This record gives sequence, C-alpha cells and structure tokens, in this order.
Amino acid sequence: MRPFAFETPASLDEALRRAGDDTQFLAGGTTLVDLMKLEVMTPSRLLDIGRLPLRGIRVHGHTLHIGAGERMSDVAGHDLVVRSFPVIAEALRLSASPQVRNMATIGGNLLQRTRCGYFRDTATPCNKRDPGSGCPAIHGENRTHAILGTSDDCAATHPSDLAVALVALDASVHLASRDGTRRVRLADFYHLPGRTPHVEHDRSPGELMTAVTVPALPWARRSTYVKVRDRSSYEFALTSVALALDLHGGTIRAARVAAGGVATRPWRLSAVERALTGRPARLETYEVAAAHAAEGARPLTHNGFKPELLRRTVVRALVELGGRA
Amino acid sequence: MDETRQADQAVGGGVTRRGLLAGTAVAAGAAAGPAGTTAAPADRAVDVTLTVNGRAKSLRLDPRVTLLDTLRDRLGLTGTKKGCDRGQCGACTVHVDGRRVLSCLTLAASVSGRRVTTIEGLADGGRLHPVQQAFVDCDGFQCGFCTPGQIMSAAALVTEGHTGSDHEIREYMSGNICRCGAYPNIVAAVRAVAG
Ligand SMILES: Cc1cc2nc3c(=O)[nH]c(=O)nc-3n(C[C@H](O)[C@H](O)[C@H](O)COP(=O)(O)OP(=O)(O)OC[C@H]3O[C@@H](n4cnc5c(N)ncnc54)[C@H](O)[C@@H]3O)c2cc1C
Ligand code: SF4
Ligand code: FES
Ligand code: FES
Repeated sequence: MRPFAFETPASLDEALRRAGDDTQFLAGGTTLVDLMKLEVMTPSRLLDIGRLPLRGIRVHGHTLHIGAGERMSDVAGHDLVVRSFPVIAEALRLSASPQVRNMATIGGNLLQRTRCGYFRDTATPCNKRDPGSGCPAIHGENRTHAILGTSDDCAATHPSDLAVALVALDASVHLASRDGTRRVRLADFYHLPGRTPHVEHDRSPGELMTAVTVPALPWARRSTYVKVRDRSSYEFALTSVALALDLHGGTIRAARVAAGGVATRPWRLSAVERALTGRPARLETYEVAAAHAAEGARPLTHNGFKPELLRRTVVRALVELGGRA
Repeated sequence: MDETRQADQAVGGGVTRRGLLAGTAVAAGAAAGPAGTTAAPADRAVDVTLTVNGRAKSLRLDPRVTLLDTLRDRLGLTGTKKGCDRGQCGACTVHVDGRRVLSCLTLAASVSGRRVTTIEGLADGGRLHPVQQAFVDCDGFQCGFCTPGQIMSAAALVTEGHTGSDHEIREYMSGNICRCGAYPNIVAAVRAVAG
C-alpha cells in the first residue's frame, strides 16, 4: 500500500473543505482498503467520514430518505424498508456477507468499483485503471463481464446489487461540495464506458454523497430481488433482477424491472416493463415480456450464456411475485 | 499478564514458538509499515487508542496498518487469523462495538476509540463462551484455521438472531469459508447454541 495521510474531519463542512483531487473519503473501507492494498487506488490523503452525521432512515412526505453513511445491514433490517421496499432489503441481504454488510455503507456501495480481474491486477493493462492502455477482457477472461452497455474499450459490469433495486425505483443521490448541493437521478448518475471507461459517474472528486432518496411507490410493497450466481451466497451476480409489480385483479397495471450482473451500469428494462403493462399476470405474459430483456446484447467469447440466463431470471422473478395463474 | 501470554505459556517454562514468532513480528512491525511496503514518513503516524478485550491500548501507528495486523503483530493477539487479507474468507472476523466485522479491511486508525473483541476475549475467565463450547461438543472444526473467525461470527449471529433454520444459519454464516468443509458440524454447533 502506498503511504497516505489519514485525516479525520470533525464536520461535514470540514470534510468538504479538505476534499480534493488527491483525496478519497473512507466509509466502510470494504472497497477502498482492498483496492489500496492492491495499489489500484492510490490516494495521497484519506478523509475518514465514518463518524460524520450521514445517518438516518426515514420517510419525508412519502419519500424514503437514507443517509449515505448508513450501513448495509442496518438498512436491510429496517422495518420501513422491509415493509415498503422489500426489493431494497432483499438486494442488500443478498449482497456480500454479514461482516461486510456491517461495515459497508450505502454511499460506498453505490460508488464501489468493478470486480473485473484485470482492473484489480496492476500487472495487466486496463482502460478503466490506466486510460488508453487497452482492455484485455474483450478477448480474454470475460465470463462474468457485461453484455449490455459495453464498448470496445470496456465491458466491466457494475457490481452493486443495491444500485439495481434503486434504479428500478427511480431513486436519486444527493451530493454536497464546497459549491453547494445537488440531486441526480441514479439512472443518470452512472456513465456508459464508451471511449472513457475511467469516467464512471457524475461526481467530482470533492463531492460527498450525503443521501439517497426513493420516491413514493405504494405498490413497491410487492417487489423482490432475484440473484443468480456461481454459489448460493457471498458472491456477485451473474444475472439479477429487481422487480416491482402493481397487480390488480390478475392484471399487471404497472411494472418496474431492472437487471444487474449483465450491464456496465444498473440496467432498467423499459421494454420488458411495457410488455407487461395491462397484461394478465400469467406465464405466457412473462415469457413474451422477458423476450425483450436482452435486446441489444453483445455477448463476448465466454458469456454467451447471459442473454438466456437473464431472460429466465426475469421469468423467475415474475413467477415469484405475480404467480403462475 | 495478558490473555495471549497466559494461553501461550510454555510447558517447560521456556520460550514458545508462538511467542518467538510474535516477538519477531512486533519488532518488524515497529520498524516498517505493513508487510511488504515502504515505511511511511514518520510525520504521518497516527495515535490510536483501542479497548481490546476490555483493556485500553494506546498505539502510534502507520495509518496503512489494518486492525488485523495491529492485533497480531503489535498486540500479540494471534488468535485472529489472516486468510485472504482481501475480505473474502472471514478468518479475520472480530467484533467492533459488538458488531462482527472483517479486521483485514479495517484500518486501525478508523476504529480509534472503539471496543474490539477478539477470540482471546470471548471466554468468561476460565469458562468458554457457549459458542466455543458448542464447537468443541459438535466437532465444529478440523484444521482449526478458520475456527476463530467462525466462532466470532457465530457468537454475533446468535445475538443477531437469524438462526431460525439450518438454511438461515448457513446463509448468515456464509461470510466464513472453511477449506476443510466442516460446515455440517459448524451449523450443528450454531443450532445447539441458538436452541
Ligand atoms: C468479498 C466481498 C464480496 C462482496 N459482494 C458484494 C455483492 O454481492 N453485492 C454488492 O453489491 N457488493 C458486494 N461487495 C461490495 C461491497 O458492497 C462494497 O465494497 C461496499 O458497499 C462499499 O462500501 P464502503 O462503505 O465499504 O465503501 P468504501 O470502501 O469506504 O468506499 C468506496 C468508494 O466510495 C467512496 N465513498 C464512500 N462513501 C462516500 C460518500 N458518502 N461520498 C463520496 N464518496 C464516498 C470512497 O471514497 C471510495 O472511493 C462485496 C465486497 C467484498 C469485499
Ligand atoms: S473490462 Fe473494463 S475494467 Fe476490465 S480490463 Fe477492460 S477496461 Fe479494464
Ligand atoms: S483475512 Fe479478512 S476476510 Fe480473509
Ligand atoms: S477447519 Fe480447516 S479451514 Fe475450517
């Protein structure tokens, strides 16, 4: 690990004043300390935000508000979240391990880096880590890589499960800097890799994520997160689906569907949502809708199984939530 | 005399292998930064206070040092194991302020002022913690390398309460890998304590 200065700002203002190009905020450290050991991330100063008041899980005028410093385990077990947005609780419970969830924060989760093996290995080229050096994954080890939203320069998946649930629910993130505060829809926050895979999101180095807000969606009480992986726990997704259904008398009035493990950013499946809307909740509807899930997919040499696995994951989520009828 | 020294006392009153190894590591740890890295400029060192198994400890540390290396190399508490050092195995599980966490991904400086419990601090004097006793009774280990982490994780799990079924126990113990595959007996031990 490269040497760095460890700083403990006493307030949010002080944290923002001290933040800059050479700093990283330290939250739970489960991504940052790991990548600093690997020398993939080499900040010269760490600003420990673990004690700052970035907490709170509450409802404000029907909007769910989660402080960016809340731990994954506390959000996953929170009554309000479990009852009103089960898809969030499930996505968190199916992430990492109990120990990691006790450490990791909501802000850190949304800003975690890809698990692409080349990105994590400084002995290999990687456009995301070292812009312009090339992407060995395109013709190399790419079984776990993305099939949607890729470019010739990068096909790394976004690893967060929580982000998939939040994109389905059209959540926003709140950012603060010395210049003030702003709010960005999470769906717009993440960039596609294009020619610049190292530019991952709409956030400047000095900006602190303070909170996530989820707009009211009463029918999200009927929602779920289905995750398919190489082992049944403590593993990242090969495919995953966040789903919420507005069901009325056997008819789907509205649906929210997003996919993880398959795309370079959390991927809203709008075509699947449209194909479900106004249709009867039965297997035939699900299969017709799921056929749209991998539209535009560009499989690589080793992940040709992902389009079909994604379609089946969509159907499984629909059966679990909407029944077979 | 602290807990490890008691546990490590040599049968013949001489120097133990573990004591010797720990002593070497302490010396190396004081001279340089974390294993295999360049020394930090002295002005970057941070003062860290920890309450480890009920005892207050004050240390001056390179900010790169993890809680795991602090426990093992500076405090001689080698019960906490280093498996992967990457957050992927759970061998380094300890409790910070009563919650189970991974000490290999925790910078010691970030938990200054907190309460740390390690496997050495789990027993109540001479009486094993119920989870420790259950691991003995159920044969919950083979080589034993993952065991301190398994027990720290299980002790927290029993308090957290996700022990309703074997499936739930497996899910909530999934952060602890056992290369010997002692899983069935580990699940039995947790079930025995959870009742
Ligand atoms: C073995 C293992 C398995 C895992 N499995 C999963 C999984 O299945 N699913 C999943 O979703 N995740 C998984 N993770 C990833 C884990 O969820 C993330 O590492 C974690 O959520 C990051 O949060 P943190 O608080 O530890 O962030 P940190 O590591 O502290 O920070 C990560 C990054 O975010 C920045 N940051 C943090 N908070 C803020 C803030 N408030 N404002 C601005 N910047 C900030 C930091 O500067 C840093 O760049 C796994 C991790 C491990 C180690
Ligand atoms: S897929 Fe992206 S992260 Fe992985 S090697 Fe290529 S550029 Fe790097
Ligand atoms: S040593 Fe910490 S998780 Fe493996
Ligand atoms: S008992 Fe050997 S690794 Fe678990």
